Amino acid sequence: MSVPHLIKTFTLYEFVKAHALTLKYFFKPKATINYPFEKNDLSPRFRGEHALRRYPNGEERCIACKLCEAICPAQAITIEAEPRDDGSRRTTRYDIDMTKCIYCGFCQEACPVDAIVEGPNFEYSTETREELLYDKAKLLANGDKWERAIAANLEADAPYR
Amino acid sequence: MTAFFESLGMTYGWAWFVATVCGILLIALPLMLAVAMVIYFDRKIWAAMALRRGPNVVGPFGLLQSFADGLKVFLQETIIPSAANKGLFLIAPIITFTVALMAWAVVPFADGAVLADINVGLLYVLAISSLGVYGVVISGWASNSKYPFFSALRAAAQMISYEVSIGFILICVILWAGTNNLSEIVLAQKGAGLGIVNGFFFNILLFPMWVLFLISGMAETARPPFDLTEAESELVAGYQTEYSSMSFALFWLGEYANVLLMCALNTTLFFGGWLPPLDIGILYVVPGFIWWLLKTAFFFFVFSWVKATVPRFRYDQLMRLGWKIFLPMSLLFVVLVSGYLMLTRYG
Repeated sequence: MSVPHLIKTFTLYEFVKAHALTLKYFFKPKATINYPFEKNDLSPRFRGEHALRRYPNGEERCIACKLCEAICPAQAITIEAEPRDDGSRRTTRYDIDMTKCIYCGFCQEACPVDAIVEGPNFEYSTETREELLYDKAKLLANGDKWERAIAANLEADAPYR
Repeated sequence: MTAFFESLGMTYGWAWFVATVCGILLIALPLMLAVAMVIYFDRKIWAAMALRRGPNVVGPFGLLQSFADGLKVFLQETIIPSAANKGLFLIAPIITFTVALMAWAVVPFADGAVLADINVGLLYVLAISSLGVYGVVISGWASNSKYPFFSALRAAAQMISYEVSIGFILICVILWAGTNNLSEIVLAQKGAGLGIVNGFFFNILLFPMWVLFLISGMAETARPPFDLTEAESELVAGYQTEYSSMSFALFWLGEYANVLLMCALNTTLFFGGWLPPLDIGILYVVPGFIWWLLKTAFFFFVFSWVKATVPRFRYDQLMRLGWKIFLPMSLLFVVLVSGYLMLTRYG
């Protein structure tokens, strides 16, 4: 060991330097936010809770093409369909197992009519697992609830698609 | 206080007994409160240095966080593993907690404000802090689980290793102060540094000892960076792994009471206890207890500061530091201090 190294060791030079650094950071403004009271901005592309959208006239968009079901890598989507009384093809069942979903966003990419989308909501934790097995009614309700935010996000992201 | 109870018509024996019980409560209850607050401040300081906010929801600025945690833990079930040695398993946290409180008997909070003003105070502190390892060792053995057992082995080796150098450091202080009584050690520090600074740290021979004592104190109380006994990446939670509810809380309280004791010892042995930092008349206006509190709080900040800064040591590094650096260095300084005192004071 060289003399400068010995001096450095016994004066705890590195430690003193490190502590000066942490003391500097002690007084710096905090990087974290007060989460439930403050929230960060979300990108328009944020992939949160799923929703099934409707047309402005109230007709549901989904045409039961099952492209989302086919592409879903986690196989979280289950769709059953048959013609409706007026002859149009609609889903009779549209389930998403939110505990399987990996939030990849392939379903909304695959959807030809922008029916299934992932909205900006990420605060939907539940106390039971069963509550996370979403059915068509729940997804349509989500769509109604978040339509304004979803539409704004889709519009903001449209120029880049 | 004995005289006060005697004036109420008690015999001396009863008055002494009642006064002592009152004294114990006067120390133990505020200490528990202090431990709760100190856990909060520890988390806050640690968080701030990591640019986080720390607990800030329960109560104003999160001040009641520790009480919320305590209440939660109190309401939980105590789970005793079926293979555990039930008696020892339950008694281990009680030992840790009791021993952590016992050492406070000899700590002088202000001039004359000490529960047991015994003339072997420092030896008592040393003896009690040695007992502290029993709680950990027993809990590790009684849990009948491999991680707590490894942790107990580590704790035993670590605490014994660092107690050796702490012993030599304390010898330096005892030699310089010429007494084992903590109150007298504090009084011996009046103007000890060039006749103006109160405290042994302002002394070329004792300053290195203070640094060693601070670091050994961290190792002794198994604080980061020496928290090998509960290194979560290796030992889950160490000797606390199998504990839950109140028994876990007792470990927690005992640990922080020990940390506070180390801060108080730093204050008492090297920074002039209840004396103001400088030996200037006007500073004596502030009550001694306030100075003691400020100094102890400062040392707790240092403990948290180190925790937030230094990464955990490897076990062989810990042992190397204890046996190959601290022990020879403290031995050397015992020789230097005693030699200097022989030359100047006793020669």
